[in-house]
Amino acid sequence: MSNLFLLLQEKYFLPANFSKMFRFCFIFLLLCCAGGYAQSDSTHHRDTVKAVLLEEVIIVGDRPLRNKTNKPLANLEQYLEKANAVNMIRRGGYAWEPLINGMATERSVITIDGMRIYGACTDKMDPVTSYVEITNLEKANVHSGQAGSAGGATIAGSLDLVRKKNTFGAKSLKGIAFAGFELNNRQKILGTGINWQSPKTYSSIDLTFRDADNYKAGGGEEVLYSQFTKYNMSAIAGFKIDEHQHIEASLIYDHAVDIGYPALPMDVSLARAYIGSVEYVRHHISSSVHQWQTKLYFNDVTHVMDDSKRPVVPIRMDMPGWSKTAGFYSRVEGTTGGNNWKLNISGHHNYSLAEMTMFSNTPDEKDMFMLTWPGVQTNYGDLYGEASLPVGHNLKAVLSAGLALHNNLISKESGLESLKIFYPDMSRSKTRLLKRFSATMQYNKNHWLLDAGIAYGDRAPSVSEGYGFYLFNSFDRFDYIGNPGMKNEKSVSVNGAAAFENKAFMAKLSGSFFYLTDYIIGMPDNGLSVMTIGASGVKVYGQLKSAAIFNTSLDVNYQLTEKWYWTNKLGYRRGTGYGIGNLPLIQPFTYASAINFKVKAFSAELSMNGAARHNKYNSDFGERALPAYTVFNVMASQRVRLAKTSLQIKAGVENILDNNYTTFSDWNRVPRMGRNLFINLVVVF
Amino acid sequence: MKLLNVFLLGLVIVLFSAGCSKDKDPDPINETEGLQLVTTLSNDNHKVNIYTKSGKLQTGYNEIFFQVKDAGGNLVDNALQLEWMPVMHMSSMSHSCPASSISKKENTRSLYKGFVVFQMAGSDMEYWELTIDYSVGGTAYEAKGNIQVLEASKKVVQSFLGSDEKRYVLALVAPSEPKVAVNDMTAVLYRMESMMSFVPVDGYTVKIDPRMPGMGNHSSPNNIDLTQGTDKLYHGKLSLTMTGYWKINLQLENGSGTVVKGEPVTEGNEGSSIYFELEF
Ligand SMILES: [Cu+2]
Ligand SMILES: [Cu+2]
Repeated sequence: MSNLFLLLQEKYFLPANFSKMFRFCFIFLLLCCAGGYAQSDSTHHRDTVKAVLLEEVIIVGDRPLRNKTNKPLANLEQYLEKANAVNMIRRGGYAWEPLINGMATERSVITIDGMRIYGACTDKMDPVTSYVEITNLEKANVHSGQAGSAGGATIAGSLDLVRKKNTFGAKSLKGIAFAGFELNNRQKILGTGINWQSPKTYSSIDLTFRDADNYKAGGGEEVLYSQFTKYNMSAIAGFKIDEHQHIEASLIYDHAVDIGYPALPMDVSLARAYIGSVEYVRHHISSSVHQWQTKLYFNDVTHVMDDSKRPVVPIRMDMPGWSKTAGFYSRVEGTTGGNNWKLNISGHHNYSLAEMTMFSNTPDEKDMFMLTWPGVQTNYGDLYGEASLPVGHNLKAVLSAGLALHNNLISKESGLESLKIFYPDMSRSKTRLLKRFSATMQYNKNHWLLDAGIAYGDRAPSVSEGYGFYLFNSFDRFDYIGNPGMKNEKSVSVNGAAAFENKAFMAKLSGSFFYLTDYIIGMPDNGLSVMTIGASGVKVYGQLKSAAIFNTSLDVNYQLTEKWYWTNKLGYRRGTGYGIGNLPLIQPFTYASAINFKVKAFSAELSMNGAARHNKYNSDFGERALPAYTVFNVMASQRVRLAKTSLQIKAGVENILDNNYTTFSDWNRVPRMGRNLFINLVVVF
Repeated sequence: MKLLNVFLLGLVIVLFSAGCSKDKDPDPINETEGLQLVTTLSNDNHKVNIYTKSGKLQTGYNEIFFQVKDAGGNLVDNALQLEWMPVMHMSSMSHSCPASSISKKENTRSLYKGFVVFQMAGSDMEYWELTIDYSVGGTAYEAKGNIQVLEASKKVVQSFLGSDEKRYVLALVAPSEPKVAVNDMTAVLYRMESMMSFVPVDGYTVKIDPRMPGMGNHSSPNNIDLTQGTDKLYHGKLSLTMTGYWKINLQLENGSGTVVKGEPVTEGNEGSSIYFELEF
């Protein structure tokens, strides 16, 4: 059951001596290329171990049940939102878009068990996180900046959703069934799963169903078009070849229909993903090579936007999008001379296509059609390694480096021709070299853990930024045009963290600063005529000389008595761009505090969270000032055991005071949910 | 079994030879392939078969092809001094329209071509008549007949009085198959000297502003106004950002930069008085 709980881990790595690191990276890459890593005696260290240590330092006191997550059956977005590095852009009740360190999905890499997936929506209505369910996952690893960026080139960081791990073992068959209800939007949650294991095989399958009506904001105002229905199926099967080898196949099928997006002018009639993989794992290869893991994967995403539920629109339209990705990775982990290292070779191919058909209001006039993503291929190959070096007794350096080849190719002739309207000389194909590295120093003594790091990374423009064709942004109300000729966006970042922990008390202060050059952002072009009826203008993606983003967070947890546990969290970000002032969608000062009472199988929690006034906004991107708010929640949970069956009941009230509020990350300032009563039941048998 | 094989073999041979004989073409080089017959004009000696791509004549620019056949049905490939004269007989008067000279189509033996710009469609009462004059072996001939000119479904020709008190005919030539792309745009411009005489106009500029009236009258970027090329036609670039119905607002500017017809599209003015239409 505890698998249902998502453990959020945030990993911070920190760079050290710059020139040493550079030399190391260079040698490292050479070694990779030569394939001579196994014999290499160079002093590699294991960052992951230390990073996990750092995590454990933070999480140890947190039993899964006591995890800051209130509801076991909350959606994945609500889980992710608890991470310090993560904010969620909310366009309605469904499919929130994760921001990592204040940066949206173009600047981060989101993977599911290391698999790359590209959303199929030109309007970011389907981030990767929307195609999975909490039942599919064990945890989410959030890496800030370049550290742990095995998934590929990134600026902000990476988010890897780790699937539930099954194991071989004594024969057993376990089942789980769960049900939930939320009063505010009448959300029904139902699900079941079966888990089988034996010494030679394992398999599991689970099904989840969610169905919600419109939710009501504080004060009872109904937020129209916020309904959704989602079906999710996940299956996994493993087979042991011998003592040290096994293969695993997995499949996620996610199917959502009738999804409303109150913040947008259109809804979604279908969002569907098939996510499949086959993996071969071999461990104990030699004394220095622990594990070799190779995965082949494929995923297919379909996203159909539709406005048939909206009574009044300037013009009716259909906007379907498709994205297919095939890829692989092969990862070796080992220890040489007491130092841990990891090497990762990966590649993927994606094809993204989106189109728009508008139905004229004039009878007998032909439909208006355009390709909004002109059939863009992304071909990507990547080499990545990480290692750690002991520097002193309590000190070590953690290093990582990656090199990637990134190619975009427009495969639709008609798509290329339409983009040539803007860029007559553009070529069909564009290839880039992407580089990244990080170095972190970690100091660990007694109750203290300190780290400091430096990193460099760059990225290619996203499909929309490079090749989008009249993509309407309903927040700033501009049509956006991609720009295929842009340079790589680059980032130099520093980060640091200090954590102290003893038996009852834990505190962690962390911060990061990103200095980005050639920062990609839409810039208004007054000479262009809008395509979307009612749009304010046209923005063409361009590059700011620079931008800077500062993130900081503080966690303080205190075990007051055996029964009482108090957690606190503060966060703040600041982002500015050269010549444009504040960057949009940057979190103001926010806070959360919870007091938890637990005795035997009963626990209860009173929590509050809120934000200060949002006044560092940018009106050119549709933002406006927001007042401060505080929201209170309460919940209680009881676990009952009956023979081999365990039942957990959790119920509570969110937004007790029924506040009507909206946050910096609410698209078009759609208000959040008002008072909500929920009950979750989980039976394990 | 053997019998069946023989039977099948026989069947195949029969079918094959039938197919072959059908393929036999009396005219080995079919120079009118891809063209459709519009009408036939005839005199005592010849039949003149008129073709266009669509098999129709419409208002606007028409690329017209014809062949001359003698009484024996043989194609005449040595016609000279070719000239044509389209005339519209209206109730109160008659007038002609812009027409090109006639030449033999390159790489053909017997196919003649040219273009005619009809400013208006014919009807039962008011009709177009086409006269083709030519000579073969030193003898002059004339073929004459009524032709049907239909109204094009979209506006592709403008005939107007300019502010300089001159009458102009402006017709869209290309794109004939528009795409979501930067299209090569071509037009022809004529001035009416008299009811029966139209002459090409040199050195003007045709300013274009494509709009989608069905979508807030939006425009498109990177259009290039039409200017005269060495082929005497007017060439420019037309960007179409999506399929559908487009109205290409026009302004005609003379050699000294004075607009003689058409108005800019502004907040208060949805369209110019002269325009072309495209729908695809
Ligand atoms: Cu969408
Ligand atoms: Cu349009």
